[in-house]
Amino acid sequence: MSFLTMTNLEKLFGQNRVVKDFSLSVEKGEFISLLGPSGCGKTTVLRMVAGFESPTAGGITIDGKDVTGLKANSRNIGMMFQAYALFPNMTVADNVAFGLKVKGAPRAERDARVAEMLALIGLEDLGARFPFQLSGGQQQRVALARALAPRPSVLLLDEPLSALDAKVRVSLRNQIRQIQQDLGITTIFVTHDQEEAMSISDRIVVMNGGVADQVGAPFEIYNRPRTKFVANFVGTLNTFEVEVTDPTTGRVTLAGQGLSLPNAPLAAHVGEKLSVALRPEALRLGRLPDAEALLTAKVTDVNFMGSVIRLKADLAGAAVSLDTFNRPDTPPPVVGSEVEVSLSGRDFILLQA
Amino acid sequence: MTRFFAWGTFLLGCVFFALPLIGMTEFSLKMRRGEYSFDAYRRVFEDQRFWDTFSYSLILAAATIVVGVLLVVPTAYWVRLKLPQARPVIEFITLLPLVIPAIVIVFGYIRLYNTSSFLPLTGSALGTDILLTMGYTTLALPYMYRSVDTGLRTIDVATLTEAAQSLGAGWVTILARIILPNVMVAVLSGAFLTLAIVLGEFTMAALLNRPAFGPFMQLLGANRAYEPPALAVIAFAITWGCMGLMQLVTRFSKHERAKA
Ligand SMILES: Nc1ncnc2c1ncn2[C@@H]1O[C@H](COP(=O)(O)OP(=O)(O)O)[C@@H](O)[C@H]1O
Ligand SMILES: [Mg+2]
Repeated sequence: MSFLTMTNLEKLFGQNRVVKDFSLSVEKGEFISLLGPSGCGKTTVLRMVAGFESPTAGGITIDGKDVTGLKANSRNIGMMFQAYALFPNMTVADNVAFGLKVKGAPRAERDARVAEMLALIGLEDLGARFPFQLSGGQQQRVALARALAPRPSVLLLDEPLSALDAKVRVSLRNQIRQIQQDLGITTIFVTHDQEEAMSISDRIVVMNGGVADQVGAPFEIYNRPRTKFVANFVGTLNTFEVEVTDPTTGRVTLAGQGLSLPNAPLAAHVGEKLSVALRPEALRLGRLPDAEALLTAKVTDVNFMGSVIRLKADLAGAAVSLDTFNRPDTPPPVVGSEVEVSLSGRDFILLQA
Repeated sequence: MTRFFAWGTFLLGCVFFALPLIGMTEFSLKMRRGEYSFDAYRRVFEDQRFWDTFSYSLILAAATIVVGVLLVVPTAYWVRLKLPQARPVIEFITLLPLVIPAIVIVFGYIRLYNTSSFLPLTGSALGTDILLTMGYTTLALPYMYRSVDTGLRTIDVATLTEAAQSLGAGWVTILARIILPNVMVAVLSGAFLTLAIVLGEFTMAALLNRPAFGPFMQLLGANRAYEPPALAVIAFAITWGCMGLMQLVTRFSKHERAKA
């Protein structure tokens, strides 16, 4: 049995069914992200695990124990909030010590643990400060130390980086991941930022309207999205219409060029039009020897972003996005120019509605 | 022109409030014929009853503050956390003491808790003191509730509560270690207001026949000429002292926060 399980969770606020039949098994030491647009029920799922909301139906177990009816303060869970939520009347050290104090840990043990935690987050010298004397990033690190100090069985984070500025956000998310891996603590991380979720998670749960649309490793979610919603929410997509020429082998044509789709046999008949999608990096600039097809595209926009150059172009009757790496010896194509684009059928994504 | 009128009105207001005070203070200094002196004040301070009633009222004020804090802080906290829709109702209830005269409350008390009732509180001095403390708590309720509720508005009650809960804290710990320390300034200003109210209260103490400061002021006023204004000046000084302390506490805490 998995370390943390949620089984058929459901939550109604009045008549509003916010979480519908949500099931998830999390292994010990795993880092799971709940990813989805605002209002899709991520926070509600997290709050049910924490014990702040009780599910209308379904159950939750932690380490084999049913905690569905357990109060929040007896679940031994560490929680980090978007709004830091440090106790303003206490110093950093007292904030970190709070959970241990509540548990009745002796003074010496508390002090040792506080020192250990402050070292872990790299704020050894700030124990005597008050929260208002710290920057946002520092406050959130203290909140992490406070949550971890009582050795919780599960760590829950609800958009802990949203209130921080971009640089701090990236460095703190890496630090959170590092600490999580060092301690091997089972973690659920809520975010609406797909890049954040993909960069630090073992697995991602993409949520849509209170249900889990897809659960999988970041690579899987990005490259093999199962629904249109997942495909669109995670990353950018180019969609094309292709015509089926042989469903059993997965042969189709796009702008007169033959391609083999990956999921043969296709549930379609000859001559049927299919909607398929392609990630921007699967359209490759230039004539590549291993590519199945070569098309010409007209560049309509060039976005130089540093290591990556994002082009907009007209290709086979569709407006597409196309990503290519910067190369110091090759300037990017100019707007209005014609470029050759290589593509392969195996990179296409077939989407369920 | 508008400035002129604004200042004019302001000055008129000052005169309206200040003249009686100046007159009273001047009169209180005229006990000795032909010269100003503090004789009236000395008389007041030499009167043992002044000290007895004053310390009695101070003790009751302290008890009132403790009861008020224990009653109001958890209530205001709970309403903010769990029953935000009940806030108008609670606010209305806390305003009732301003509408219902103290004499009505005290007659109600005497009827309910007289010596032949199920809870004969008026039968003993301690019982009556408890009753009086409850009465004072009621009178101070509007002020105490408002200042604590305002204090709670400055912190994120819900998130702090949840943070503490996830760390294993129960309700008593949350109230005592998180909520109360964070609304201490508000509680203190409520406490000073309570002190001022209790020191000046007459009706309840007189009708319950307890030796409080209010009835003593009245007694002195009925029998003497120069001492009552002296006592009034002292009472004013105490009240203003309370208000000054309130300002100081508020300003001090603002200063603390501004250093951030
Ligand atoms: N306590 C509540 N009472 C009523 N509706 C709520 C409550 N909490 C959340 N909701 C509603 O549930 C939906 C999902 O909310 P939430 O779980 O916070 O979404 P997310 O975290 O994904 O943005 C929203 O439409 C929100 O308005
Ligand atoms: Mg949320």
